[in-house]
Amino acid sequence: MTYIKAIRKPEPAILPEIARFKPSRRQFLVGATAAGAGLAVSFRVPGARAEGGEPNPFNGYVAISPDNKVTILSAHMDMGQGCYHGIATLVAEELEADWNQLVVEGGAGNPKLYGNVAWGGVAQGTGGSSAMFSSFDRYRKAGAIARTMLVNAAAKQWNVPAAEIKAEKGVLSHASGKRATFGEMADAAAQEAVPAEVTLKSPGDWKVIGAEDFRRLDSGLKATGRQVFTIDVKLPGMLTAMVAHPPLFGATVKSFDAADAKAVQGVVDVVQISRGIAVVAENTWAAMKGREALKVEWDDSKAEKRGSAQLMQEYLAAAEQPGDAVTANRGDAETALQGAAEVIEATYQFPYLAHAALEPLDAVAHKNGDVLEIWGGHQMPDLYQAVAAQIAEVAPDKVKLNVMKTGGGFGRRAVTDADIVVEAVETAKAIGWKAPVKVLWTREDDMRGGRYRPMFVHKVKVGLDADGRILGWHHRQVGQSILIGTPFEAMLVKDGVDATSVEGVNDSPYAIDNFRSEIVNAKVGVPVLWWRSVGHTHTAYVMETMIDEVARASGRDAVDLRRELLKDHPRHLAVLNLAAEKAGWGTELPEGKARGIAVHESFGTVVAEVAEIALNAQGGFKVERVVCAVDCGIAINPDQVRAQMEGGIGFGLGAVLHEELTLTDGRVDQANYDAYLPLRIDEMPKVETYIAPSTATPSGVGEPGVPPVGPAVANALAAATQKRVRILPIAKGLSA
Amino acid sequence: MKLDINGQVHEVEVDPDMPLLWAIRDVVGLTGTKFGCGMAQCGACTVHQDGQPIRACITPVSAVEGTKITTIEGLAGKVAQAVQAAWTELDVPQCGYCQSGQVMAATALLTENPKPSDADIDAAMSGNLCRCATYQRIRAGIHEAAKSLV
Repeated sequence: MTYIKAIRKPEPAILPEIARFKPSRRQFLVGATAAGAGLAVSFRVPGARAEGGEPNPFNGYVAISPDNKVTILSAHMDMGQGCYHGIATLVAEELEADWNQLVVEGGAGNPKLYGNVAWGGVAQGTGGSSAMFSSFDRYRKAGAIARTMLVNAAAKQWNVPAAEIKAEKGVLSHASGKRATFGEMADAAAQEAVPAEVTLKSPGDWKVIGAEDFRRLDSGLKATGRQVFTIDVKLPGMLTAMVAHPPLFGATVKSFDAADAKAVQGVVDVVQISRGIAVVAENTWAAMKGREALKVEWDDSKAEKRGSAQLMQEYLAAAEQPGDAVTANRGDAETALQGAAEVIEATYQFPYLAHAALEPLDAVAHKNGDVLEIWGGHQMPDLYQAVAAQIAEVAPDKVKLNVMKTGGGFGRRAVTDADIVVEAVETAKAIGWKAPVKVLWTREDDMRGGRYRPMFVHKVKVGLDADGRILGWHHRQVGQSILIGTPFEAMLVKDGVDATSVEGVNDSPYAIDNFRSEIVNAKVGVPVLWWRSVGHTHTAYVMETMIDEVARASGRDAVDLRRELLKDHPRHLAVLNLAAEKAGWGTELPEGKARGIAVHESFGTVVAEVAEIALNAQGGFKVERVVCAVDCGIAINPDQVRAQMEGGIGFGLGAVLHEELTLTDGRVDQANYDAYLPLRIDEMPKVETYIAPSTATPSGVGEPGVPPVGPAVANALAAATQKRVRILPIAKGLSA
Repeated sequence: MKLDINGQVHEVEVDPDMPLLWAIRDVVGLTGTKFGCGMAQCGACTVHQDGQPIRACITPVSAVEGTKITTIEGLAGKVAQAVQAAWTELDVPQCGYCQSGQVMAATALLTENPKPSDADIDAAMSGNLCRCATYQRIRAGIHEAAKSLV
């Protein structure tokens, strides 16, 4: 799940097609096409068609075939977060389809249709918890258009007024006894004029949106092993490749000797590609053994050779110096601090974190004639299409992307250099396109392949007056920018400030008159990337534990102080109060137990969490219960909102408790799940989620459950032990 | 080499060191069993050998000759059906990649222990990693399946 707030000026070299597109969100053009058989509905934002001509009918939003199947093409990739379920809900609501006739597949290759509305519509992509925001209007509208055309076709056939025709659960009917399934009417509907205007239902009439009784369309597939992921793609004659990557970030191939690798039975070829040496084999095991036998000499003259401990020392030193850029400045924090009766000063250390999604990176490339087809977890399809087209030396519209559901993602599949796609396409090209090629990474490749949540240091000084009120807040961060040095730098980094580094600090909702924050953009050769909830993974921890310290220092209750500082933020207040109430905030707990609270907004969704911990005899603790309150606007699928809060809490909890990726002399120390430690079931607390009622446009839920859990747990730990953990993960901070 | 997978005997010509996982996936062609770590740390590759859960990623194919292997595709019986029904009813999976392994492990647990406590579930299932952390629903799904089997 990635985060791109607004693409203001697309990079022409990377996104040539998109660059010409001037988004306008309000108007839609509507078009429908008779696509061989059945009805296909698509519509686009005007201005987009100038050079593009008619959209490919198969790249629409909704298609109804004579066999009564309703196929919805999703603009967003489902990596588990359930956006296919959400989009199916939106279409079903307006189409009046039967839930069981729905099929959702990934759409790609048409940014005019699939451009992410949250990004101004300029490019297709999944990230920033934006799928429901982006889909809310257009997929409902697509459903309504299709229903209208079906009804109009039936009216004509049956010679009755359209207003008398009922559409319900995939069936059209009339009081005269006439009846047809959507599939039976699909061909006729495709001949109907596309309605210029459709009226969407008012929320009071919703039967599917907000309902509890529709299960995910893929749960059965996933419970029975039938869901096909990229790793499962099988094509006739397909070969499997493993790529030997440089052991240090920034190293390159000096020379290689393929003789031993080629001697391994099943190895077909060994080829050099831009990112390393690919060993191509008849099956995975042969590719693994072949790669083990491969001899490569690396040129590490330009490689990053610092370890994470050294980097941390450099960051800590940098945190004592003025920042490269000021990210927020209100009042005069420095003068206010000088006049403070008490200054709380704290330095926080955050490690690199790995996404560690269970399905390792993979992609399949196959060139058949002049069409290059690529299967993968294409999280930024237009970009990958452009990159693949360049490598294959074909036009972008000759690159067909099959967007697969992925075994997790958490941000790792949205990369500006299209890494795994590049490896698959380059390998297939290097063997002369003679066979389809699947490139598969091992767990070790994945863990050591870079793209981590960046290491960060925060140094914070908060000045209090004699009554414990906040006079001034000075905040300095040191860490790598995710966007600087990428093609997105020009569009998304402003005055040296990468919003993904500072989100959650510079836009803190707390009423603090004198507030200054600065950033030092560390230059390090370890590749970093968005990691589920991005900057909020560290900023929420700092803000929410510091506010807690202020409460303690001033003798205030942690909820009361937040209420006062958030009095102009009703959504924050509402979830804060809801979580506190449901968790029994303020009531007695047995000896050895404690609560902590945190509230944080990310990606337009506000979440408050109360963590309840129990100390154990060994000096450790267990998080037993987390009460979560969330305001995500309209909850399209309440049970999926709960699922994402539960999962986000487990994901965030593992990180804060014991996830840490370290490097020694530039080499990553961890290689697998024995050393890098996501949460397991025996550490999973009981999670209770409460959804704040809302009539606002939906925001997302994939990421916002993550940020509050760390500070809520740390605050509970401080309440129980008086220990403030400022070195993460907590397992390390407690022993520091 | 003969492999008995889901009641069907497959004659395979592979390196005897090849992990069962890759024989199942690449040679026999059943892809429900997943690769996650290659060192028995995540449980995504869990299959049953004579009814007992094993990790196919570290089990050489030579070690399973003469035994009966069951993969997610061949999983059957009342317990398995109850687990899969509960998984679907509670929307347990998120990305779903680990779920073949979770279902294999949960079925083995319920076959041994028809009324597991939360602690029993945590002990039996802690070798099966779910990066989406849908653990709360895995627990609930096992309880639900147990209830339906009474």
